[in-house]
Amino acid sequence: MKAPSFAYAKAKSLAEAFELIERPGARILAGGQSLIPSLNMRLASPELLIDITGLKDLQGIDRRPGGLRIGALVTHAQLQRSDAVDQHAPLLLQAAAHIAHPAIRNRGTMGGSLALADPAAEYPACALALNATIVLVHRRGERRVPAAKFFKGLFETDIRPGEILAAAEFPKVERSVFLELARRHGDYAIVGLAGVADASGRRIAYLGVGATPVFAEQASRAVSLNAALELLGRDLQPQADLYNSSATKLHLAKVLLSRAWTTLSKPH
Amino acid sequence: MGKAELPLHAPGTKVDRGYIGESVPRPGLQRLLQGRGAFIDDLRFPRLAHVAFFRSPYAHALVKKLDFKAALRAPGVIAVLDGRAVAEYCTPWVAVLAHLKGIKSPPQHAIAIERACWQGEAVAAVVAESRSQAEDAVALIEAEWKELPVVVDMDDALAGRNVIHPDLGDNICFKREHDTGGVDDAFSSAVVVVEETFHFGRHTGVCLEGRAILADYNAGEHSLTVYHATQAPHMMQDIFSRHLNIPEANVRVITKDVGGSFGIKVHVYPDEMATAAISVMLRRPVKFVADRLESFLSDIHAREHKAKVRLACSKEGDILAFDLDDVTAIGPYSVYPRTSGIEGNQVVNLTGGPYKHQKYRAKMHVVFTNKNVTCQYRAVGHPIAVALTEGIVDIAAQKLGMDPAEFRRRNLIADDAYPYTFPSGIKFEKLSHHKTLDLLLQKMDYKALRAEQAELRKQKIYRGIGLASMIEVTNPSPAFYGVGGARISAQDGATLRLEPTGMLTVMCSVTEQGQGTEAIFAQIAASAVGVSLAKVKVITGDTGITPYGGGTWASRGAGIGGEAVLLAGRALRSNMLDVAAAMLKMDKAELDIAGNAVVHKLTTEKKLELAELGRVAYFRPDTLPLDFQSELTVTRHYTPRQYGFTFTNGIQASLLEVDPDSGFVKLLKHWCVEDSGTVINPMLVDEQLRGGVVQGIGAALFEECIYGPDGQLLNGSMADYLVPMAGEMPDIVCAHVETPTMQSQLGAKGVGEAGTAGAPGAIMNAINDALAPLGARVTRMPFTPERILKALKKVD
Repeated sequence: MKAPSFAYAKAKSLAEAFELIERPGARILAGGQSLIPSLNMRLASPELLIDITGLKDLQGIDRRPGGLRIGALVTHAQLQRSDAVDQHAPLLLQAAAHIAHPAIRNRGTMGGSLALADPAAEYPACALALNATIVLVHRRGERRVPAAKFFKGLFETDIRPGEILAAAEFPKVERSVFLELARRHGDYAIVGLAGVADASGRRIAYLGVGATPVFAEQASRAVSLNAALELLGRDLQPQADLYNSSATKLHLAKVLLSRAWTTLSKPH
Repeated sequence: MGKAELPLHAPGTKVDRGYIGESVPRPGLQRLLQGRGAFIDDLRFPRLAHVAFFRSPYAHALVKKLDFKAALRAPGVIAVLDGRAVAEYCTPWVAVLAHLKGIKSPPQHAIAIERACWQGEAVAAVVAESRSQAEDAVALIEAEWKELPVVVDMDDALAGRNVIHPDLGDNICFKREHDTGGVDDAFSSAVVVVEETFHFGRHTGVCLEGRAILADYNAGEHSLTVYHATQAPHMMQDIFSRHLNIPEANVRVITKDVGGSFGIKVHVYPDEMATAAISVMLRRPVKFVADRLESFLSDIHAREHKAKVRLACSKEGDILAFDLDDVTAIGPYSVYPRTSGIEGNQVVNLTGGPYKHQKYRAKMHVVFTNKNVTCQYRAVGHPIAVALTEGIVDIAAQKLGMDPAEFRRRNLIADDAYPYTFPSGIKFEKLSHHKTLDLLLQKMDYKALRAEQAELRKQKIYRGIGLASMIEVTNPSPAFYGVGGARISAQDGATLRLEPTGMLTVMCSVTEQGQGTEAIFAQIAASAVGVSLAKVKVITGDTGITPYGGGTWASRGAGIGGEAVLLAGRALRSNMLDVAAAMLKMDKAELDIAGNAVVHKLTTEKKLELAELGRVAYFRPDTLPLDFQSELTVTRHYTPRQYGFTFTNGIQASLLEVDPDSGFVKLLKHWCVEDSGTVINPMLVDEQLRGGVVQGIGAALFEECIYGPDGQLLNGSMADYLVPMAGEMPDIVCAHVETPTMQSQLGAKGVGEAGTAGAPGAIMNAINDALAPLGARVTRMPFTPERILKALKKVD
């Protein structure tokens, strides 16, 4: 299939991007990891694509007190090569290795993944586990939204009209586990687990189990693995996919929990 | 001894095999790597129009009304056509063959008229200046549908509550029964009787290059040139000629580079016929390239079998009888012109094939459903027959407490028992089951693997080892299609021409699909004539140039096309020696050709460069004797005739690990020992085996076209339909036993489908071997994690 015809504009500044985004049928194009295939399958038909890849304000990985700020345009490949990410948020590094294949990781971006909010994607679950803050900018300033409030539904986020996802901020958490079960390397996982632990406790989030990434609140607080496995059934009500029933997904989520548990339960 | 003077396999003689057996690279490789391939979509024509099809969104529905008004007004649109308009230019077809007794199928049109029978069947075509414009206009077609009852499940089809084609009376396309007699007695006297039902998912061959056709009708000479990604250019020439009513010689089919075919591109597709018809109608070149989404909806699918198999065995472990009941669902039409009855027929022919039991009974039904059509895809029927044979053999061995390798050794047909007629009626010229088994066990160090497996089980690591013996149909004679009335050539031809500079041009009717056929033809031609490989240029895929032939399918290219090249090469060499003898005034018997020169046969002293021979023959024949005329272009043909098929044999093994918690399978290693007769190019043969094994692994673990209860394909994209990818593939070790066929001088049997034939059975047996200590067994391909977890009762 060929993409339906659309207009294209490469924004030279954030100000220009804010202006363009007001136009009817406008959509932001970053790495194109998901948008370009959906255009080519005629699943999306925007009238205007605003290419933001030239915007310097949205690039770069910066160390901040207590954590990291990762610009929306940072690609998966840049993230994988970053010492700062390795030291402050190793969970993201572990997760990035599971995203598709090297050619795609060279183009796909952190911001694109968060803004699309695919419930099977890696970063949204990581953002939830890490208690990330999503930084949204608009004409008159910025708005900071905690990850727990950012993912609102299937491919639905708290981004409001006129806003652009500029960055995500991650607190420093060294101990982390990222696990996925995908039938082929690089595929969307049947189910995945993003878990971190520090003095304040464990935080375990799942991908591929619902309309949004899901924070396994009760299992995270459990005192033992057995209790956590029991409680996980209350945290997750996975939707069946083409190949796996809800029960299979829950079973696999438990398998991942068992595998992650030791790492997330060492004393501090 | 002279070069290739005797049959290459003549016992007790030493023959210079030239390039036969050498791993030389294929000639087209650099061109393809440099992006200079010529696939259909690379071709540029003035006034080229593009077609996109409006396809049925329903699995079964009447087309009450089609409204083209908006589509016709869309930018760039040249024409919007329904089935009736196209039928004016293209007659319908019925895909039956006389030797498949009772097979039936309704007439099929290039574009469906009045009724769509599967989701994705084309009901209208938009022709526009660009594909993109055509797709825009397709979205503007308005249709009114009346949905009809949908038959999706093969058992429902068989029961026949809803009959898809009322004129045919029921949903049964074809049925076959075979009985040697004595089966019931064998089962009642047997000490061990085992039974299992195996399910095989419907899947498809995913070619790198989608189906593609560019038809260019020339009204000035009432001729049609078709650039076509096809495996069988002459078959298509005949079909375009008859269905578009253009004289055969006015139809030229040109097959340039083809990006993989696997059987997908050997059939007649309605949308491709419509494209050719539209070219005739509009008197201009018209192109259609199937995109990935419509490929999933309209490229043939394959498999979808449910087979119950029973095996009777003595207490010593001798197999006494096989009893088979197979059902396969093929969609709403038998596919033209090969029919969709062949795969089931093969399952009946081949089940139990490697073993020496004498009693065999089989029942098989081919039924219509409202899904995309199925037809012959790489290894046609073999993956089914091998998996269910080897699956039940392993179950029997398990019940007897015998090692699966020993059980096979006891039951495989002895290597000195040939010629041999199998109870299904097929005849084997010469097979080497025991040699291949021995070589396999040695290559994989079977005993050590079994010891390691036992050790690891104590640590709750569940490894499985699976074996799959097999036989395979290759080099088919006219018994495959021709006897049934199909105008599909079982013979192939090769023309060799000596160029004046001493180069060779080879033109062969077998086509190149990316598998390296042209490389082996160059090797055979160079070896037969006595020139170096760099002197050979091969041309294939043009009905206007090459001799007539069948093309590429059924693992026939090397064995049949290769033999034609060899015969032509030898004849040309003889003719060249006639010229040399006249020039040198020597006895022809004293001369030979080696290293691009005529040499003295005994002393190998160089007598004459071939460039000099060519110069004289073409430009100074006045210097040759008055009554001498050189013949430096030679054509030869070859048809296998002594046997219906030249059977090959082989055995594969899989080593894998099953994670009983997640149901995931990790492939650790795969072995394939194959006897495909003379190996012409070991590298290409091993590549064929490995590629085939990977496709077989796809069937076993990943690939399935999943339909919903309403007949909708649920996973028709590369995101949801899982093809096997490199990351999950194990190392694949290949080894060979060479038992050349004595029917030809070359001795080559086919090898293109062997990997695909054996791998699913080997993988299944390995998984079940791993699961055995846990009391679980899987029988439904593909073996997804969920299916394994269900077998383990980890989930409901």
